[in-house]
Amino acid sequence: MYRYDEYDREFVEQRAKQFARQVERRLAGELSEEQFLPLRLMNGLYLQLHAYMLRINVPYGCLNTTQLRKLAHIARVYDKGYGHWTTRQNMQFNWIKLDDMPEILLELASVEMHGIQSSGNCIRNITADEYAGVAADELEDPRVYCELLRQWSSLHPEFSFLPRKFKIAITGARHDRAAVLAHDIGLRLHENDSGESGFEVFVGGGLGRTPFVGKSIRDFVATRDILAYCEAVLRVYNQLGRRDNKFKARIKILVHEMGAAAFAELVEKEYEFIKDGALELAKEEVERIRMHFAPPAYESLPDVSPALESQKAEDTAFATWCKNQLAAHKQPGYAIVNISCTPIGKPPGDIACDQMEALADLADEFNFGELRVTHNQNLVFTDIRKQDLHALWQKLVPLGLSTPNHGLITDTICCPGLDYCALANARSIPLAEKISERFADQERQEEIGEIYLNLSGCINACGHHHVGHIGIVGVDKKNSELYQLMLGGSADENASLGKILGPGFDEDGIVNAVEKVVDTYLEIREEGEKFIDTYRRVGPGPFKENVYRAPA
Amino acid sequence: MPQVVIANRLRDGIVVFLGADRRWMERVQDCAPAISPEDAEKILDLGLQAERDQEVVGPILADVEQRDDGWFPIKRREAIRAAGPTHRADLGKQAED
Amino acid sequence: MPLLKDGKLTDDPFVYVDGDAEIPADRAIIVPLARWKSDRDALRGRSAGLGVRLKSDESPAEIADDLDSLAVVALDFPVFKDGRSYSSARLLRERYGYQGEVRAVGDVGLEQLHFMQRAGFDAFEIDSDDPEKDWQTAQGDVSIWYQPTGDGRPTVAQQRKS
Ligand code: SF4
Repeated sequence: MYRYDEYDREFVEQRAKQFARQVERRLAGELSEEQFLPLRLMNGLYLQLHAYMLRINVPYGCLNTTQLRKLAHIARVYDKGYGHWTTRQNMQFNWIKLDDMPEILLELASVEMHGIQSSGNCIRNITADEYAGVAADELEDPRVYCELLRQWSSLHPEFSFLPRKFKIAITGARHDRAAVLAHDIGLRLHENDSGESGFEVFVGGGLGRTPFVGKSIRDFVATRDILAYCEAVLRVYNQLGRRDNKFKARIKILVHEMGAAAFAELVEKEYEFIKDGALELAKEEVERIRMHFAPPAYESLPDVSPALESQKAEDTAFATWCKNQLAAHKQPGYAIVNISCTPIGKPPGDIACDQMEALADLADEFNFGELRVTHNQNLVFTDIRKQDLHALWQKLVPLGLSTPNHGLITDTICCPGLDYCALANARSIPLAEKISERFADQERQEEIGEIYLNLSGCINACGHHHVGHIGIVGVDKKNSELYQLMLGGSADENASLGKILGPGFDEDGIVNAVEKVVDTYLEIREEGEKFIDTYRRVGPGPFKENVYRAPA
Repeated sequence: MPQVVIANRLRDGIVVFLGADRRWMERVQDCAPAISPEDAEKILDLGLQAERDQEVVGPILADVEQRDDGWFPIKRREAIRAAGPTHRADLGKQAED
Repeated sequence: MPLLKDGKLTDDPFVYVDGDAEIPADRAIIVPLARWKSDRDALRGRSAGLGVRLKSDESPAEIADDLDSLAVVALDFPVFKDGRSYSSARLLRERYGYQGEVRAVGDVGLEQLHFMQRAGFDAFEIDSDDPEKDWQTAQGDVSIWYQPTGDGRPTVAQQRKS
């Protein structure tokens, strides 16, 4: 993965010291809360229901074990012993003291981490396919461009006071695991007819109050021009995005109101001026960064491991885990391993400091000292020798990190909700836990197959409910929590937005409703159909009928 | 409806409640609620002053009612702030009682 | 409002003429865009210095052809969160090659100074007890930049190469 050089290091250290100065001014009364707020947000510090919350960037989900140990250390020393993986591949701590922030930022800087731009109206952490660089279905490793975009967007002199936050996601694979169509800018790496690599550019996707699927505004931008093209998009947005109404300030509203074609035209005009200028990527710099992402020292192995096959035959629990948690690697004899941080009946994405440290040890032992964070709030070991899978699994089991629910209904995406979040309308974690318990039976989960169930505690949609096959969003109705159910969302290359099925439910009601939806699917599905396929074939009708049918 | 001022302490973010003598208390049971709307306005002013004095952030009024062990917020949001996350009894003020 | 240039407080030779107010004879003035558009020829005929003030939603393209006549372009920040004038400053410098003073006015504070400098501003009407100290603080804050802008400072990528 990318390692800082002296410049990157100094950049982050300067920023940590700057924030220390700002904290000092705040505590001395030189800055009011109103003046301080944007400064702390620029460093990822929120004030939530119980305390300050610190969001730390994990750039495009890549993490090394030194960093993970540091996160564990921060959790133990400055927080309450755990952290939370977010849907933007970041880590959040929920119980941070303002007094400790200068020290925490220096600790983070020492392992090349920070919270810069993890909040505020600026370009946020760039997110990417969690299998980047190793997926069998990958065309090109997107991390090189993630890193170039990360540097370009860091403290951008022109784009640090945008109308609203701005999220960029990149995928380099056929199957989109990065939800690029749900981002302000989504980039899809591909090759043009002459074999040159470049990006298809989508703009104006996003969830929240007014969800949209991103629209393609250009089929191909050569990789060397990608910063210039993004700068053109951002400049048009910075100048024309709405600033009169916070709820209409995202780029998706601008693109929607003026139309994607008209927006694209403005971008092209701007791009004409910027193209072939100082932002054109120099070969040496691209190569310098590419070196950081060189594949690790793989052994040449046969793709089939006889040891693995016999271990699976002997141990059904292990076989179940393998069946659900592995993905195809491009290197023969290796596997991508998904590690669930969403065990049955537990808060999705929470991880204890002991678990972090144990995982760091395992990643050192088995995975070249690195790991990935996914937007589904789980972790990935990208490079496991197939012959090591059993040993790894045996060590994951006692850590509570061996739940074999990848892509199944209990692998919920869930935001913190009213148990932590100052913006929430309803709790989301206890509901996720209840649903997970209802569907705990492994056989039943596998019988149901792939379902993404996404849950948010309010319309801000941090839990991506619009793009869950089953989506749930909490609303507040006269001090009681009400949950709306939507079906048919999807975040991949065929992205779609879920539609509300009907009137909302209370907490128990929604668990029952989800079960009825699932039962309906099992009843009417055709051979080989996933839930989303069935929904797309039949529409909401049969589901609605079953869910809202009066009890006989 | 009795009301109390609830805020986060500036330095550590911990939830606090305005008690007697302008002191900020960590337990809602130790708060000094206002009974009349006029008094509510007065204690909110005290809270806002404390914000200007770098003591607390975001003071607001919250409705409270008398329960067995003292005052407690009525609204779920403020109840969660007074107790802690509902799915983890080992966290927040509920863990300290 | 104190005017900060090159890190020093200086006397501002310009006065603002709002709306339809009378133009003072022989004084350097800064007028709003609307006034510039309606009285362009008369204003050009004066011998004293001339500047135009753009609101954050007014594009510098509106004065692109007039820049030779202007000693100052003042760009407004109605609130610091309104970042449109950063784009305006860069366009003035980098696209239209404007060499005169680009002045930041409105909600301008210490924490924005380094962004503004990079975007091409060289004069600041800053609301502060000690603008020169603020300037020093801002200079000490951040010296590493990744983005090429028109101010000519070397980016990290350029420094890596050398
Ligand atoms: S979706 Fe709402 S409740 Fe959930 S984390 Fe986001 S803002 Fe908070």
